[in-house]
Amino acid sequence: MIKFWLKQATHHLDRFLLGMLLLVILIALFVLYSASGQSLAQIGRQVANLGVALSLMWLVSNIPPQRLESIAMPAYVLGVLLLIGVFLFGDVSKGARRWLDLGVARIQPSEMMKLAVPMMLAWYFARREASLRLADYGIASLMLAIPMGLVLKQPDLGTALLIGASGFYVLFLAGLSWRLMLGLGLAGAAAMPLVWNLMHDYQRKRVLILLDPSQDPLGAGYHTIQATIALGSGGLAGKGWLHGTQAQLDFLPERHTDFIFAVFGEEFGLLGISLLLVMFLLIIGRGLYIAANAQSMFSRLLAGSITLTFFTYAFVNMGMVSGILPVVGVPLPLISYGGTSLVTLLIAFGMLMSIQTHKKLVSN
Amino acid sequence: MKLSELKNYQREQYQFRLRLGVAALVVLFCFGLLLARLFHLQVLRYDHYQTLAENNRISLVPVAPNRGLILDRNGVVMAHNFFAYTLEITPSKVDNVEAVIAELAKIIEITPNDRKQFKKFRDQSHSFESIPLRTHLNETEAARFAVNRYRFSGVEIKSRLFRHYPQGKLGSHLLGYINRINDADMKVLEKSGDISNYKGSDHIGKDGLEESYERQLHGTTGFQQVEIDADGHAVRVLSSTPPIPGDNLVLSIDSKLQDIAEKAFGNRRGALVALNPANGEVLALVSMPTFDPNLFVDGIDSENWKLLNGSLDKPLINRTIKGTYPPGSTFKPFVAMAGLENDKRAPPFSISDPGFFTLPGSSHRYRDWKPEGHGHVDIQRAITVSCDTFFYGLALDLGIDRLAGFLKHFGFGQKTGIDIGGERSGLMPTPEWKAKRWKQKWYPGETVITGIGQGYTLVTPLQLAYATAMLANNGTAIKPHLVTSIQQSLNGVTTPLPIETVDRVPLKSEHMDLVRQGMVDVTRPGGTAASIGAGATYSIAAKTGTAQVVGIKQGEKYNASALDERHRDHALLVAYAPAEAPRIALAIIIENGGHGGSAAGPIARQAMDYYLLGKEPLPPVETPDAATENLPND
Repeated sequence: MIKFWLKQATHHLDRFLLGMLLLVILIALFVLYSASGQSLAQIGRQVANLGVALSLMWLVSNIPPQRLESIAMPAYVLGVLLLIGVFLFGDVSKGARRWLDLGVARIQPSEMMKLAVPMMLAWYFARREASLRLADYGIASLMLAIPMGLVLKQPDLGTALLIGASGFYVLFLAGLSWRLMLGLGLAGAAAMPLVWNLMHDYQRKRVLILLDPSQDPLGAGYHTIQATIALGSGGLAGKGWLHGTQAQLDFLPERHTDFIFAVFGEEFGLLGISLLLVMFLLIIGRGLYIAANAQSMFSRLLAGSITLTFFTYAFVNMGMVSGILPVVGVPLPLISYGGTSLVTLLIAFGMLMSIQTHKKLVSN
Repeated sequence: MKLSELKNYQREQYQFRLRLGVAALVVLFCFGLLLARLFHLQVLRYDHYQTLAENNRISLVPVAPNRGLILDRNGVVMAHNFFAYTLEITPSKVDNVEAVIAELAKIIEITPNDRKQFKKFRDQSHSFESIPLRTHLNETEAARFAVNRYRFSGVEIKSRLFRHYPQGKLGSHLLGYINRINDADMKVLEKSGDISNYKGSDHIGKDGLEESYERQLHGTTGFQQVEIDADGHAVRVLSSTPPIPGDNLVLSIDSKLQDIAEKAFGNRRGALVALNPANGEVLALVSMPTFDPNLFVDGIDSENWKLLNGSLDKPLINRTIKGTYPPGSTFKPFVAMAGLENDKRAPPFSISDPGFFTLPGSSHRYRDWKPEGHGHVDIQRAITVSCDTFFYGLALDLGIDRLAGFLKHFGFGQKTGIDIGGERSGLMPTPEWKAKRWKQKWYPGETVITGIGQGYTLVTPLQLAYATAMLANNGTAIKPHLVTSIQQSLNGVTTPLPIETVDRVPLKSEHMDLVRQGMVDVTRPGGTAASIGAGATYSIAAKTGTAQVVGIKQGEKYNASALDERHRDHALLVAYAPAEAPRIALAIIIENGGHGGSAAGPIARQAMDYYLLGKEPLPPVETPDAATENLPND
């Protein structure tokens, strides 16, 4: 009897994906314990976050993709309206306007858009499947540009980037022509000097510091410099759990959130990092497999976009911590401390699982 | 499913999978890149980073740059820096700050004022910052503390750079001053992205050149990588990037001329601006009374602040750019030029002045300052004798739009763009302005009085000097500037700043001659400022003016001695010399000074004598009281 219910309850969970996620999350808790200065209280809070996020993942995995498809547009419209609400009445915290106080709860609509945007675009392309034309890509780009612009305005470069990426992946997977992408890329590159000329001196300075933080070692460059020292001194095998001097002696800023990868790299070395990369690759690989075998256009595009966005998340964070990408505020998925992004992320994985487990048997 | 659909589906599926494959390759490539980078950091450069982390406790210490100097045109230092010892406390390292101060007071003199200052700074700073308690410690005091140092953890003697203005009160308004960086400054710096360049700096320019050339004067902060021991003390410097000192400013100001002019004012309030008409250089920028900018450097104490800020004389206001006054009759040469250039009143036109002007169909009399009138007056004599009646009629004939339109070229109603901040634009009234500001229509009578510089018109002393310089420079307006060149402190390389021509009005030379001759005659016997010209070896073109502070009713007579001092008229004067080849143009305003010629004339003459002939005035300077002399009222 119990076995039956258990089977029913886990019927829509993708075993492989679930296993990998739980493994990474477990490792993350150990890293977090070290990065938080061995604070059990913080681990407790993160476990609570995980509880919520995993439950939501389970819930979403039980929603069939057709239902997801039908709520794509309402979710998108609601999200855009909420973003406009944030723009007009949002609460300012840490210099950015991101939160909307609805009286009962404070919400961060930009987080919701990370899912609503790829859903909306996938829904749009699925509807136009039979008669896809160039103009459709234009319309889809507009649907992407609106929420992205609103989030950029908050300002939240990191989230805007991820929303942009999630939308772009849908466009790309829906068959955006190579020639067009190349053309737009070249046009963008050509416009750079023009934009540069239009910028004020201080804006140029900011861009330069973003690209090369070592120019500003006392300001923006401090994070990168300390993170590089942490990673480099970790060496091949790492200094051992709880033994990273950079992390434990307070030299690393934001070490339990955006810069947790530096703690991981310092304490577990290149071997630890390679293992983590492999686990990430397995998750991404499983996601791409699910996308490749999805049955409808909508689920295909959505699954592909979710997976590639997860990759972007991870790559941008690790890239910025190790100093090959500019510092933008993007946490390391599944590992950085914080509930909001974790919830979004696991809901996305719930969607992936739903797509994988709601397949109808077709014979052809 | 039909076959074609199936085929289509298969093709789509194939294409989708192809794209997924491309994406997978990108993923692998990116992760490979990441691995390569980490291999570089963690394997190839491991030793390097290992050492860094071992010594980590490496700390970056900012090293503040020396602030640039300010020099006058002859190299006289107007602002420089010196090192002095300060006694500083870091509140977070001290248990009971009050007790420590009490203990310190036993070995080093600490005044109640020092304590007050310290409290003020402490409220504005973070507790981990080092806050000065006493500045300018002498060697003995420093030594006495050094002996007792072991008793005071969290207290340090530091050597800090202090700004000093060796000329004291001279030119304080143009120099401005520096002050401790406060929260508002921090916000501005954060916004402009300059915050990290101020990591080692305590001070920032406020007001005057110190503010407007902050970017050049401040320099670039250097930093040292220092190894720190467990207590946070620097053990050894690993590497250092020296700071780049700020650039020096070379001014067009002649500090001697500035000094002569300031002294000539005595204790009167007012302003003088002297320009080189040929290139816009500001030779003197006097706003009286002045103040000592050194008071502000360590944070001004409340007593001095109350004294300066509360004074009725408003010494902190830079009158040359922030004071706005009715131009009075100094406006007339410009109105005359407006007339001539618009083909009005060219000789032989003349009027017979009955001593007043009336609008057609009205009995209201616009009085001339001379009740019996000036007799036959042409445009040149109208300037010389300052004939109100002539200019009433001319203004009305031109109409306000044409008048204002022409005078705008002379910079009236607009900022000159001088290189210090806070300049006001004055006011050149027009019917549109009045409709917008007062929601009222414009009356012809207002045009009439605009012709003699009364009514709504307001000018700053700088604007008046600028317009005079333009007149002297045949209609070419050059943006006034205080800084002529910027000198890099490290190598002495001097970069001159460009001279900007703002406007060029093609004034006809016969018109120029008429106006100039009218103004030259002002300084000759029979003119309204004959005393300026007396005994001068060069010819001076000038125009006096008087601006009413309180209105006088119809039929009433202005009686200076009967009025409260602060209600007396302002005295104005504009002049340039030598009249035929001008090298200096100036404007003077003496608040409540009475008559322009007698009050401002001697100041102008002393300034020009020094600048043109190198002649210094004989001390002591007498300050004639204009109100008691029986001179023409204008």
